[in-house]
Amino acid sequence: MNYNFYVILISLISFNFYSQERSSPEALAVIEKVDLNMVSKSQILTSEMIVHGKRKSRTIRSKGYSVGQDKNFTEYLSPEREKGMKMLKLDDRLWIYSPSTDRTIQLSGHLLRQSLMGSDLSYEDMMEEKKLSLIYSVNIIGEELINNRKAWKMELIAKVSNVSYYKRLSWIDKEKYVPLKEDLFAKSGELLKTTLFTDIKKINGRWYPTKINYKDVLKTGQGTDFVILEIAFDKSIPDNYFSKSILKK
Amino acid sequence: MIKFLIKGILRDRSKSLIPVSVITIGVSITVLMSGFLSGILSDVVDQSSKLDTGHVKVMTKPYAENKDQLPNDLAILDLTALLDSLKSNYPEINWAPRIKFGGFLDVANDAGETKNQGPGLGLAVSLFDKSAKEKSRLGLKKSLQRGRLPEKSREILLSDQFAKKLKLNPGEKVTYFGSSMEGSMVFESFIMVGTVNFGVSLMDKGTFIIDFYDAQKLLDMQDGAGELLGFFENAIYNDIKASEITTNFNKEFDESSDEFAPIMFTLKGQNDLGASLDLASSFMGAFVFIFIFAMSLVLWNTGLIGGLRRYKEFGIRLALGESKKTVYTLLMLESIIIGAIGSILGTILGVLFCYYLQEVGIDISQDTKNASIVMPSIIRAHVTPSLLYVGFIPGLFSMVFGTALAGRGIFKIKTAQLFKDLEV
Repeated sequence: MNYNFYVILISLISFNFYSQERSSPEALAVIEKVDLNMVSKSQILTSEMIVHGKRKSRTIRSKGYSVGQDKNFTEYLSPEREKGMKMLKLDDRLWIYSPSTDRTIQLSGHLLRQSLMGSDLSYEDMMEEKKLSLIYSVNIIGEELINNRKAWKMELIAKVSNVSYYKRLSWIDKEKYVPLKEDLFAKSGELLKTTLFTDIKKINGRWYPTKINYKDVLKTGQGTDFVILEIAFDKSIPDNYFSKSILKK
Repeated sequence: MIKFLIKGILRDRSKSLIPVSVITIGVSITVLMSGFLSGILSDVVDQSSKLDTGHVKVMTKPYAENKDQLPNDLAILDLTALLDSLKSNYPEINWAPRIKFGGFLDVANDAGETKNQGPGLGLAVSLFDKSAKEKSRLGLKKSLQRGRLPEKSREILLSDQFAKKLKLNPGEKVTYFGSSMEGSMVFESFIMVGTVNFGVSLMDKGTFIIDFYDAQKLLDMQDGAGELLGFFENAIYNDIKASEITTNFNKEFDESSDEFAPIMFTLKGQNDLGASLDLASSFMGAFVFIFIFAMSLVLWNTGLIGGLRRYKEFGIRLALGESKKTVYTLLMLESIIIGAIGSILGTILGVLFCYYLQEVGIDISQDTKNASIVMPSIIRAHVTPSLLYVGFIPGLFSMVFGTALAGRGIFKIKTAQLFKDLEV
């Protein structure tokens, strides 16, 4: 009796570990298709970030250039206070250039998880573009309707240590293979952020959400809207965009 | 009679040595603890009021709810109008607007890139407005470690620990990097002119001070302030008066539909300080009670032993015709005198210990590294007039109580048995 009990218990625990560390083939196929839509070799992106404050909202416009997962350069276009600020991210280091002080400040490590300009996005959220299929093990845990669209509810658990969010619950559009909604969790299981993906458009043959609402659940307010005004995929970007000399130009 | 009793106590040391020693030790500990506790409490109140809570503090309601996050986007706006109304309604209070804000201080290398960097807590106070009295209130001159105090705009003071961590010396440039009231990214360079030691671990780790008007400009908080601190003119916290002012002020805005209406708090109404202070007072009361009880037990026991030893003396006095009541009364008088002698000696010793701890103090900076309330790094006793009488309560009471219990044996002595015992 006892022996059987322990065999069943060990099997259940093993299954649990197995299911957490391995992706189911069906789920992996889905998330790879999502990566095909969401991740590109390079991106040139003009966007507006609308930060809904408690008293008023601010709109910050920027133009970003990225290559692969680790190179990103962003220049802020407006408002006046932010105009001319530049950010360069190479691997896990970020440099911010301020024209008013003519200083370049470097951020790294946990500082990259700080709020970007009072928004609900962190520096990492803004500048990171990683293939989910490479860093998370995925499983489909249900099906739901999100904004009248049929979606898979998927659980993503990090299989590498240096990720911003240990666990994600993603609702993936069954037809367009883009996320419709995400809940982002810390390793402790605490919900950190929720994101809503809307205005999904077909751009250069791939479905892409052009409006994302980020909501840091630890903050009050309506969150931050990230609106894509213009996006170009897989364009060639000169190397000097990703060197520190670009910051003071 | 009292002279006779004193002579008896002094000549027959076996009567008084142990009780006087016990009372002296007990009273000195009581006096020391009382002085020490009142020292800690008044230091906590004093430091908290100057650095954080004021005697009263005004914030907006949503700011107050989230004040640990330093939510300057919820700060007081129309500061001038609010200040004018407070000054006319409560002239006995000196008002000091402040801004607390987070951010990074970054020191550049020759190429203008980050050499050293660290997160810090900014405190913006009116450094150049003499009527605000902030420099003296914060004791900046006294706590200056290196350099000088800011004399003009865009000069910054750092806690000495923070400056050492950043390897920054007076006269060098440091860049603040953080967020404005609305969240815009803010960069501003300052000249670090001096370092201070607040004597509070929580602040010594990474605090910097800039002028209030510099901070208003830096954080886009024109005519705004995170907090408005109020201090009584005589610099002494009066809880009854503070509660009265707070109730009157809050009554005005109770029905306000403005989401950002101001709300006032007393010093005791912030950071659970009231509960902590009440707890400490109760602790002191309990401490005195436990001491009285424990010393009474010891003295009761001493009295019983003394009673046995003095059985013969009581017997002879009774045989000579002294009444039991008179013997008992004289015994009680004797105990009062012994209690008084012990209390005087204990008070002298206790006050001396207190004075030593007032001057030297005990360094608890290692234990308060992560404290979330303003706690002094060195705790000290305070020698106050109350210490001169506080020890007499347990000293006299325990001796009288102990003797009263032990002396009951006198009434149980039977004359027939007494004569037999004395072999008369």
